[in-house]
Amino acid sequence: MSAVLQQAGKAEKGVLKGAIRIEDVVKIYDPDGAAVMAVDHCSLDIPAGEICMIVGPSGCGKTTLLNAIAGFHSITSGSIYLDDELLCGPGKPMAQPGSDRIVVFQNGALFPWKSNLDNVAFGLMMQGKLGKKEIYDKARSMMADAGLSGTEHNFPGEVSSGLRRRVEIVRALMNEPKVLLFDEPYRALDSLTKSVMHEALLEIYYKNKVTIFFITHDLEEAIFLGHRLVIMTSRPCKPKKIIDVDIPHPRDYSVLTSTRYRQLMDETVELVHEEAKKAFSAGEKEG
Amino acid sequence: MNIKRFRKELFSRSKLRAIIAIFVFLALWELGSRSNEWFGFTPPWIGHVPAPTAVLVAWYALLGDPGYWQSWYLSTLRVLAGFFAAMLIGIPLGLFMAVNKTFNGIVFPAFEILRPIPPLAWVPASIIFWPTQELSIAFVTFLGAFYTIVINVVGGAKSIDVRFFQSAQSMGSSQWDVFRRVVLPATLPSIVVGSAVGMGITWEVVVAAEMISGGGGGETGSGGGLGFFIWNSYVGGSYEQIVVGMISIGIAGFICSELLRKLGSFFTPWLKKR
Repeated sequence: MSAVLQQAGKAEKGVLKGAIRIEDVVKIYDPDGAAVMAVDHCSLDIPAGEICMIVGPSGCGKTTLLNAIAGFHSITSGSIYLDDELLCGPGKPMAQPGSDRIVVFQNGALFPWKSNLDNVAFGLMMQGKLGKKEIYDKARSMMADAGLSGTEHNFPGEVSSGLRRRVEIVRALMNEPKVLLFDEPYRALDSLTKSVMHEALLEIYYKNKVTIFFITHDLEEAIFLGHRLVIMTSRPCKPKKIIDVDIPHPRDYSVLTSTRYRQLMDETVELVHEEAKKAFSAGEKEG
Repeated sequence: MNIKRFRKELFSRSKLRAIIAIFVFLALWELGSRSNEWFGFTPPWIGHVPAPTAVLVAWYALLGDPGYWQSWYLSTLRVLAGFFAAMLIGIPLGLFMAVNKTFNGIVFPAFEILRPIPPLAWVPASIIFWPTQELSIAFVTFLGAFYTIVINVVGGAKSIDVRFFQSAQSMGSSQWDVFRRVVLPATLPSIVVGSAVGMGITWEVVVAAEMISGGGGGETGSGGGLGFFIWNSYVGGSYEQIVVGMISIGIAGFICSELLRKLGSFFTPWLKKR
């Protein structure tokens, strides 16, 4: 297995798909004329196959950016490209949602009325590209790969929240997306489960190199998983600083005790804390 | 293993407790009803109610009476007719109201004006509107379940988490897929709840409607449904039969709710283990 991981770790960019280019994006919410700027002239280049961690205080507008990429919300100006193809931009304020960009939601969006297996098979069934048998065979083998054998016929509500997240990631990967968009998926998990989920996510990533756009406000998580951290300013949101995490992949949890990890923590903690304080006092004023 | 055994014991104990409670209740009732006979004084209220043993005797005599079973049959039929009509019209209407804003804007105001009118207030009007007594009673029962079902369906469908729509869309679902694979199953629990509440109301309504309308005009209490059976017993001065009728309705309502609950959990298996 470690051989596979190393090989995957070496395979960088080039043939990979899923490069996201965010150019000068502005998003203004305008409820009843009271314009609120959520995203302020934000530009960001994410190469294909990168795990890009978007770190910022709660409510800073990170999710707005994610929703714009996914095609759930419009943008006010600027443009977003996926592999040089325009997703949204001038004349097309809202991207079309598609199976090349799948979101893993904060509280999970597995359909509670479908078994885990049916959930995983859902996307391909909808797209109708393959026969039912092929789809379900693929779903079973992907679940087995992710250590989910034996939970196929459970409903999502019957398995632990950690397993649920894994099912959701497998469901997303079934669609063979170019980009996975994570919206604080591990927020509700306890830190022990989280650490297991992080390693599991990396393992899945090494097998299926996709671009990962990962929103979090957990620095530990961000440094452990990411190739790069993009630290966002508090609302309106734009990149404040981009930090390369020069810890080589594949990583495992021993990284957390390494000196470089500590150094990166030290460098970023101050930056993030500053923004968090700003967001906090801004929140007080609003209230 | 231990937990299982413990559960079993708890279950049987709670069952035992229920049985004892019912017997104590019956014993107190008997005591109250018979206290005039036994102790020479009549307690208020309970002193005028026929004793359970007397009710049982009257009931036993009725078991062979086809008129009594006819009452069961007729009331059940009316409840089911009204209830299924309410489901058939209420569920699609509620779903459509939840999905389509324009339609909702047209229908909702009228719906909200009509909804507070108690179904029983419709009895005279529906006797005039509908050609047969049977239809007018079924219509009133229909109203009893209809509003509850619609309100629940609309509420359930509107409160579906937007994430479900978003992820279904991302994975390539068409509008129709979203409706069939997301809206329908996500609304099912609310449909089940609305139906259960609606079923309870139909039993309340059918009995009253039968009392008021004369329940189809059968002779001597036969052919008029359980509501008319009670009314007729009252007019005829058979107080035991009144109680028999009341308990019969209780049993009928219980059976209907139980069946509905079973059916509901069959259709929403994912809610079982929560």
